[in-house]
Amino acid sequence: MKLEFKIIADLLEENTRILDVGCDDGTLMEFLKKNKNVDIRGIEISKKKVQVCISKGLTVLEGNAEFDLKQFPENSFDYVILGQTLQAFVNPEIVIKELLRVGKKAIVTIPNFGHWKVRLNLLTQGTMPVTKTLPNDWYNTPNIHMCTIKDFVRFSKTINFKIYKSLALINKNVSNINNSNLLFKNLFAELGIFLIEK
Amino acid sequence: MNVKENIKTLIVDKPLKLDCGQTINEFPLAYETYGSLNKDKSNAILVFHALTGDQFVTGKNPITNKDGWWSYAVGPNKSIDTNKYFIICANVIGGCMGSFGPSHKNPKTNKSYGTDFPVITINDIVNAQVNLLDHFGIKKLFSVVGGSMGGMQVLQFVSNFPDKTKTAVPIACTASHSAQNIAFNELGRQAITADHNWSKGEYSSNNTIPDKGLAVARMAAHITYLSKKGLQEKFGRKLQERDDLKFGFDADFQIESYLRYQGSVFVDRFDANSYLYITRAMDYFDLAKQFKGNLSNAFIKTNAKFFVISFTSDWLYPTQENKDIVIALNAIGANVGFVEIESDKGHDSFLLDVPDFLSALKNFLDQSYKE
Repeated sequence: MKLEFKIIADLLEENTRILDVGCDDGTLMEFLKKNKNVDIRGIEISKKKVQVCISKGLTVLEGNAEFDLKQFPENSFDYVILGQTLQAFVNPEIVIKELLRVGKKAIVTIPNFGHWKVRLNLLTQGTMPVTKTLPNDWYNTPNIHMCTIKDFVRFSKTINFKIYKSLALINKNVSNINNSNLLFKNLFAELGIFLIEK
Repeated sequence: MNVKENIKTLIVDKPLKLDCGQTINEFPLAYETYGSLNKDKSNAILVFHALTGDQFVTGKNPITNKDGWWSYAVGPNKSIDTNKYFIICANVIGGCMGSFGPSHKNPKTNKSYGTDFPVITINDIVNAQVNLLDHFGIKKLFSVVGGSMGGMQVLQFVSNFPDKTKTAVPIACTASHSAQNIAFNELGRQAITADHNWSKGEYSSNNTIPDKGLAVARMAAHITYLSKKGLQEKFGRKLQERDDLKFGFDADFQIESYLRYQGSVFVDRFDANSYLYITRAMDYFDLAKQFKGNLSNAFIKTNAKFFVISFTSDWLYPTQENKDIVIALNAIGANVGFVEIESDKGHDSFLLDVPDFLSALKNFLDQSYKE
């Protein structure tokens, strides 16, 4: 099982209602259903992936988070999860605000564009970095709003939400991110995982 | 038609108060079943038919000798698996396949009811059918499933009987008939009533049928069940058994011939007055209005798990109208899944061989049945 999923599971309390935004083929939903006593729904833009989710017995809506979160009333869910998708939205600010309206808390994971390999890649090649986790070229990437862990922390201050917990994934090790190690984590973490609140 | 002996009928002895104010008593409800009911009676699915459907969902329809209207979806190992589930389908009241309808004899006049038949609603149709649950001793259905008008019945059923089903699958439908829907139905009704043979609905006394009007109604409706792309691909401007245009009003084009054929076979199996009554029931359907404009309140008492399905090329009950149902359900935290199936086959997609649809329906039912 992906380490990211285990970290997310550990952040969730039992007996809660959860929405997985951009739930893909439902792997995380299945994992959480099996390992946690939670009521979980998903929303996914790809018809094919919605079909896969249905075949797994998951409750999933075909839809686009940028438009379709509107239908949920405030605090419909205890947690809303957004796994490595924030960068794909046209307007990440609206999405974050919607996540925190629909959910009491949100878990957002971001592929860290501040990682040293990405920086080195741009420095030495002079072209937009293509990495294992970000395999597309600049012109065909769905990731139109890449950010770094540091960007995300600054973002929280600009649009005013609280980061309740922030974790870095470095070579399969999980560690806390805090003010004093932010620059270091921003250089070495492949993934940032944030538990956020209004 | 060799009608009666092939039709199972429940005589409903509970009086049914209709929305129009009249009460009907001791009325026949024709139905068919497929598969077998398990010991704890937990595997029953009530299927609702659409405007011109009937209780003969799958296999050979003993009256028309054609395949049942949902043969693609219902049968052994199919989406609605007759090896696993007990499927019940009733002919709607107002219909013409054995259930109480305008072609029945009015004991007071000894003639067919015709337009003396009470105007019925989707609510009445559903309230009549719930009697089948008592008949079979079923406390809770595993599912209610239907497309188009069948989907409207699904919504009304869950609203009326929130504890009587575990799951609900409304397909290609709406919670409120739109102006466009009403307009097309009115076109059909006008075609029927404009036919001289209709005789204010008393055609059966004259031993005639308004076949021309009914055929035109069917032709117009049939166009709304298909998509522009589907029609273009199937027919284009292809000519009908001729090399060139004939400069007349015969069916030069294949599409004309096809529509004429659809109209002509329809009049053999469907009653014109039933067409008037059932389209009226559809037009009157507005579930939100029943709940003071708040559709969510229709579902507030149910724990049923919903799965809403729409089709990309369906312009009669477009995706947005199906999504409105999803939105209403999400607003109250109901358990609802939704998928829009890619298909060029228009509204009719739910009746046809559309593999993505058939597998989604199967997966939803089979996975939910395990829970």
